[in-house]
Amino acid sequence: MINNLDALNAVREKARKAMNLRLERGIKSSTEFKDIDIETCRKQVLVCGGTGCTSSDSEKIILELQRELEKYNLTKEIKVIKTGCFGLCALGPIMIVYPEGSFYSRLKVENIPEIVKAHLIEGKPVRHLLYSETIEDDKIKSLSQTPFYSMQRRIALSNCGFIDPENIEEYIAVDGYKALYKVVTEMTPEDVIKTIKDSGLRGRGGGGFPTGVKWELASKNQSDEKYVCCNADEGDPGAFMDRSILEGDPHTIIEAMAIAGYGIGASKGYIYVRAEYPIAVKRLTIAIEQARRYGFLNNNIFSSEFNFDIELRLGAGAFVCGEETALLTSIEGKRGEPHPRPPFPAVCGLYDKPTVLNNVETYANVVKIINNGANWFNSIGTEKSKGTKVFALGGKINHTGLVEVPMGTTLREIVYDIGGGLPKGKNFKAAQTGGPSGGCIPKEYLDIKIDYDNLVEIGSMMGSGGLIVMDEDTCMVDIAKFFLEFTVDESCGKCTPCRVGTKRLLEILNKITSGQATMADIDKMEELCHYIKANSLCGLGQTAPNPVLSTLKYFRDEYEAHVKEKRCPAGVCKSLLKYLIMEDKCKGCTACARVCPVGAIKGEVKKVHKIDDSKCIKCGACKATCKFGAVKRI
Amino acid sequence: MKKSISTSPFKLTGEQREHLLSIIDTHKDTKGAVMPILQEAQDMFGYLPKEVQEIVAERLNIPLEEVYGVSTFYSQFSLTPKGKYNISVCLGTACYVKGADKIIKKVSELLKIEPETCTKDGKFSLTACRCIGACGLAPVMTVNDDVYGRLKPEDVEGILAKYK
Repeated sequence: MINNLDALNAVREKARKAMNLRLERGIKSSTEFKDIDIETCRKQVLVCGGTGCTSSDSEKIILELQRELEKYNLTKEIKVIKTGCFGLCALGPIMIVYPEGSFYSRLKVENIPEIVKAHLIEGKPVRHLLYSETIEDDKIKSLSQTPFYSMQRRIALSNCGFIDPENIEEYIAVDGYKALYKVVTEMTPEDVIKTIKDSGLRGRGGGGFPTGVKWELASKNQSDEKYVCCNADEGDPGAFMDRSILEGDPHTIIEAMAIAGYGIGASKGYIYVRAEYPIAVKRLTIAIEQARRYGFLNNNIFSSEFNFDIELRLGAGAFVCGEETALLTSIEGKRGEPHPRPPFPAVCGLYDKPTVLNNVETYANVVKIINNGANWFNSIGTEKSKGTKVFALGGKINHTGLVEVPMGTTLREIVYDIGGGLPKGKNFKAAQTGGPSGGCIPKEYLDIKIDYDNLVEIGSMMGSGGLIVMDEDTCMVDIAKFFLEFTVDESCGKCTPCRVGTKRLLEILNKITSGQATMADIDKMEELCHYIKANSLCGLGQTAPNPVLSTLKYFRDEYEAHVKEKRCPAGVCKSLLKYLIMEDKCKGCTACARVCPVGAIKGEVKKVHKIDDSKCIKCGACKATCKFGAVKRI
Repeated sequence: MKKSISTSPFKLTGEQREHLLSIIDTHKDTKGAVMPILQEAQDMFGYLPKEVQEIVAERLNIPLEEVYGVSTFYSQFSLTPKGKYNISVCLGTACYVKGADKIIKKVSELLKIEPETCTKDGKFSLTACRCIGACGLAPVMTVNDDVYGRLKPEDVEGILAKYK
């Protein structure tokens, strides 16, 4: 039990010693090295245990490492640590060897014996397995010198991939629970709220409401009971930063929620987390139990009058529960349907009590703001958007993964400098932000400084920070349809504009992609979009038409090509495709006829073949098979 | 989301009944108990037969309609049995952009079942799922707890063969 500063510092010092190798020359360092003097240093091997790397077998790599180390009797000298996400998910499974910080990527279990023998025992890193961008001539660079990391500024993610998330002492070693101590013993609740307000922190989950204002509202409402809730129901497809923070640094969320509890006068917190995130659930469960044992949760925290405890609630797969009123209803164990605001949760929230609800990434900034001060935080970012934002890069981009950049970084920097550009040298067409509630950013806006207000101005939104890159092979009408299918599925059905409106919208989109629409349908669709936005009950419906409106705004020509010319420019919408065999190129080899699954291709050997359009299912197998490039898609 | 509902009767063994009742009793006094109870019940039975929901309602002393309202609202709750191996193909944005629709079509073709249904022998079921957060590996599918990433349609047959 830790109830004073000396006790906290004692654990901190002890843990720092054990972590010394990492702290001295960690991710933030910039050391270059050749071979390593094996006599003088012991090593720590960090393996990513995030969802991405676990899916590509990092667990087996850890087992193999331990087996090999046992074989050489090195388990005491070399420590294997399972961490959270490093961010470079595309290169998983990932392993970093400290103190030098050499970075292995896309490992296989069979690589481990070689690494253990050559690198860990003989001190010679296995070059061909290192991430190629860290090798320069005869030098090996540390991870922080690669473009992917050097342009980032990690605040919310600072501990992810650096500490063992299942060990509270490693969190304490990096100043964990110091902010809670400071708040409980040195600050008044008003000071806490003022600091958060002054920092300019805005909610990272959606609209960007100022966090400090939210806390102030809840603190001013008198009640016998108040609640602090954490929205970890990250339902936006393509966003996974909240999951990575929960998996890599769960204690920072617990500490931040306790700070919020102190600020608004609540003694109970709930974390509502998706059941689809089993690793996050497990690590949160461990972290809450540890925090209780060390005295950072429960009664009389740091020997004060302040009591606070947290319970986990698992979501069950309903996108609408990301909306705050729906989420709180779901914590109550009911159907997660939203209700009108006002009253806002800060006035009448969970069980009708004043409630603060923030998302995971928002909370992940709180501890750092308390430790470093409001001025430190608001010196980062743009005028109205302070601090950093984590983006989940996905889709047609080389470095899929998580990146954290100061607000105001341009889309071009994120996509090309950090993200490494698009694969196969394809051209950037658009980036989609904000998931089903957001819109797309076309290439004209590659140099826009990304912050809350700029994104809204161009018809998209920050949302939770999913950033899906699309290239010339992506059909924008098809993408709009994809998001509409999603909202139709996820509409809770409570209000008519959303329940019926989105369905009608999808029907029109289906008409367009199947070549049956007229130009009048496009106008009707646009009108319907505005109607749904204006009349839906909650955020889901109010933002559902955004993907349609923003693609219409920037890619109207694609919609018109579908309608007027019955043609899909990107070649995605199947019913508009046609396959043709070019007479001058066909050699009559019969390969296409043999591969066609529906027997739509007829022709004699050594004579020109022909596709029967009425039978063709547009699978493209003929085009993929033809060696002479005689099959053309139009 | 549309939900199919199993109409075949389900009979609990005495032991299962006892276990279910003990699950309900551990949560009974906490606020908002319905969801945690249904989640644990589904872990136990693989799905939520009507009979199980009736017991939950009766023990909590709430109308069955309330329990049924919750079980049909959330996509995680299944009202039909799942196959021995449940194949989930992620249709999140990152996976979709990278061709997840072709993966699900291939699985559907090979197993001759539509999404959200189960093969006649009860061996495989197929679901289209929402983002599982492994976007770095897109497109992704899972077979029970095994995750397969960076898929191409031609990989599917080999993966299914492992479970046949």
